[in-house]
Amino acid sequence: MVRMIDINAIDKPNWCPGCGDFGILLALKGAIVELNIEPENIAIISGIGCSGKVPHWLRTYGLHGIHGRPLPVAAATRLSNHELTVFAVGGDGDGYGIGMCHFIHAMRRNIDMTYIVHNNMIYGLTTGQTSPTSEKGMRTKSTPSGVIEVPVNPIALAISSGATFIARSFAGDVKHLQKTIVDAVKHRGFSLIDVFQPCVSFNHVNTYDWYKQRIYDLQAAGHNTGDKMAAFVKSQEWGEKIPIGVFYEVLSPTYEDELPQIKEMPLVKQAIDNVDISKLMDDFV
Amino acid sequence: MEKNKLTWKIGGKAGEGVMATGIIFAQSGSRGGLHVYDINEYPSLIKGGHNTLQVRVEDREIFSQVKGVNVLIALNKETILMHRDELTSGGGIIYDSAEVLDRKEIREDIRLYPVPFNNIIKEIGAETIMKNNVALGASIALIDYDFDIVAGVIRDTFKRKGDRIINDNTMAAKAGYDYLKKNFPDDFNYKLEKIGTGGRMMLTGNDAICMGAIKAGCKFYSAYPMTPASSILHFMAAQERRFNIVVKHTEDEISAINMAIGAGFAGVRAMCGTSGGGFCLMSEGYGLAGMIEVPVVIIMAMRPGPSTGMPTWSEQGDLKFVLNVSQGDFPRPVLIPGDNEECFYMTQEAFNIAEKYQTPVIVLTDKNLAESHKTTEKFDQRRITIDRGVYATASELAASDEKTFFKRYKYTENGVSPRTIPGMKKGIYTATSDEHDEEGNITEDTGNRTKMMEKRMRKLDSLAKELKQPEMVGPRDAAVTIIATGSTKGPIKEAMMMLEKDGVTVNYLQILYLSPFPSEKVASVMDSARKTVVVENNFTGQLADIIREKTGKSVGRRILKYDGRPFYPEEIHREIMEVAHG
Ligand SMILES: Cc1ncc(C[n+]2csc(CCOP(=O)(O)OP(=O)(O)O)c2C)c(N)n1
Ligand code: SF4
Ligand SMILES: [Mg+2]
Repeated sequence: MVRMIDINAIDKPNWCPGCGDFGILLALKGAIVELNIEPENIAIISGIGCSGKVPHWLRTYGLHGIHGRPLPVAAATRLSNHELTVFAVGGDGDGYGIGMCHFIHAMRRNIDMTYIVHNNMIYGLTTGQTSPTSEKGMRTKSTPSGVIEVPVNPIALAISSGATFIARSFAGDVKHLQKTIVDAVKHRGFSLIDVFQPCVSFNHVNTYDWYKQRIYDLQAAGHNTGDKMAAFVKSQEWGEKIPIGVFYEVLSPTYEDELPQIKEMPLVKQAIDNVDISKLMDDFV
Repeated sequence: MEKNKLTWKIGGKAGEGVMATGIIFAQSGSRGGLHVYDINEYPSLIKGGHNTLQVRVEDREIFSQVKGVNVLIALNKETILMHRDELTSGGGIIYDSAEVLDRKEIREDIRLYPVPFNNIIKEIGAETIMKNNVALGASIALIDYDFDIVAGVIRDTFKRKGDRIINDNTMAAKAGYDYLKKNFPDDFNYKLEKIGTGGRMMLTGNDAICMGAIKAGCKFYSAYPMTPASSILHFMAAQERRFNIVVKHTEDEISAINMAIGAGFAGVRAMCGTSGGGFCLMSEGYGLAGMIEVPVVIIMAMRPGPSTGMPTWSEQGDLKFVLNVSQGDFPRPVLIPGDNEECFYMTQEAFNIAEKYQTPVIVLTDKNLAESHKTTEKFDQRRITIDRGVYATASELAASDEKTFFKRYKYTENGVSPRTIPGMKKGIYTATSDEHDEEGNITEDTGNRTKMMEKRMRKLDSLAKELKQPEMVGPRDAAVTIIATGSTKGPIKEAMMMLEKDGVTVNYLQILYLSPFPSEKVASVMDSARKTVVVENNFTGQLADIIREKTGKSVGRRILKYDGRPFYPEEIHREIMEVAHG
């Protein structure tokens, strides 16, 4: 049995006191314990941002890479060893800004992994500039007169891009988030969890209270997660009431399923010291 | 009469089968035991642009193209007008007799062989347009080569397309052959004759790289298409199921290198490939691999820049770029093969270096090497050794503390720290692009920074000690010493043969590793040389600058070419004659 102490790191997170990232870390660790996955069989791949620090604060394999690129690293880690449980973790700037291209393509691929986005609607680590999810009109260091663009809608994008498990959760509701992570890992295919994550230092609009006043649970409201159109309608809800929970879930073949190369065993376990290319050379005579 | 010393060229509009026909001709030469070297020229267009393939065939090993075409197949009139001056005296042009051609437009000493392509095709009742095959057959008759060999190559080429296609193509070629034999009886100056049964491969540098990678156990290849690296992607993809390799055409080059890093981190041998523009996008990932010490092999096939430049042409303008791209100092081995053998053996060497020293390794080529076919002896698989570097031992793992992270970045004497990969119990660590301590924890401490930087950079010193020094080819006390790198090797070797005939002694030092640079060897060669030159396919003489940076010594003369075309041996010959007599 995997226990919490097995995955605790000695060093404590250095996020700002009260940051929503603590809730996400707690939920992630809780999910790993609940799922009972040996920590050496987990790889957490993160980008750069406050959110990118996650792999340092728990004892699993981790790769804290470069800004916006955790998804390709995670995809290949998984394709190279599909016996691992693979997470990608990053911020809203990381995933929906600089890494947007990878975000869409990762969903099309449906590689079996879980992507957790710490969506604080701000650039935290670089001290408070606008992010792709900042609301129109929001004043930040880089938009002192207010954001002009409309925000990206990651849920709607995910629905149209082929993700097979699409959910939203809230860092202030660790129980809900932990359950969502557990469900996402159990899902065969690419799972997106967009997490509302209050940034107590730089986002003074979208606070814990702001979320608490608005969110409601889709599952409690009887939402049909198999209905893509209903999911899309729900993805458009914003303002007074904002849904969290699973928007859409569907089972379809994963990328790994389509690769006979890894059917027998993961790439990493295949012997390479005696590859014979005689016949290949004959093909060129 | 010249026997078995031939340059044959075909030209036409893109889409007319120029390349395919040329390859069939080249393969036919190779299967007759002859040596072949071909070079293609094509614009960055799919339909309509002017394409050529020039094939040199001889009975000795050949290393590059030469000037002077003996047989020109012109699938359109433009080909004649563009290439008539390349023909040698006594050379011949095979062309469509339907083209209106004024004899005055062509030099008197060139022979003309008009062939009614369309009538012949109509007569044999072939359904597809196959004037390229008619012309191919006619050229075989002209040089009096064995038609059966050609028929065999056609059969193998179209094997998968079925008998009808094979028959149509063979019939068209045979009809061209018969027409020429009948109407232009045997009097042509250049002949080709079978001297054996072949057994050699017809390979491009990219083919050799792929074979090297597959033999080395490459399990993951990621790339975004970009000439002249695209054919690596095509090759690897075609072989992915045969050799159990995951090949991914990614959304961009950023993804390509980050995927290769993910695969390397997970413990498989991984490679990505691109050209200059794509490598710009890879630069941040390149540094990531250096920082987190993940092995990955990057094939960087140069084409002329800046920017989009000339996508389908050749240059060596990125030497300094690859040595300096990406922020900060980290060990950056750069291997630069000069021919197919080196492409094969050095690609597999790149995998060993990457894993042994836990760092990204670049294999640098150019379009000339990447896409030109050359007859190549089969590679010796027994020469290949797989060195996966140092993994943490069971006892090291057992001794590691359950509560902390594994010391994946342990300070060691040679800079290499025992490695763990996901799945290994008690080997847990986080690789981070931030500066980190031995366990991978982020730290900005001065003492750690200094030690960690030194640890990483020591790997390059350790590698430098292991690499073999370049060897001088040619007489010790030569009048002129050539220093060069990469694909100039072929034309330099050819030029050296010409110079020897002219009584000029030349020797040649080929740089195989741009980094770590063989500074001592180069310095000693420069000290003892009478006159030194570099031969480089770029504007500034980047290799000469690198030599000056690394040795403090200046090369005497820079022989440079930057028109997008590789060197002809004749050009090197001319310049070296000047140097020798100057
Ligand atoms: C290529 C690149 N550009 C810019 C940066 C600087 N940078 C670091 S984190 C960051 C944005 C962080 O915002 P987000 O991804 O939302 O993460 P958060 O800190 O909010 O969790 C930026 C711009 C970088 N590290 N790399
Ligand atoms: S800046 Fe914001 S996101 Fe970053 S640690 Fe502080 S509160 Fe959290
Ligand atoms: Mg953010």
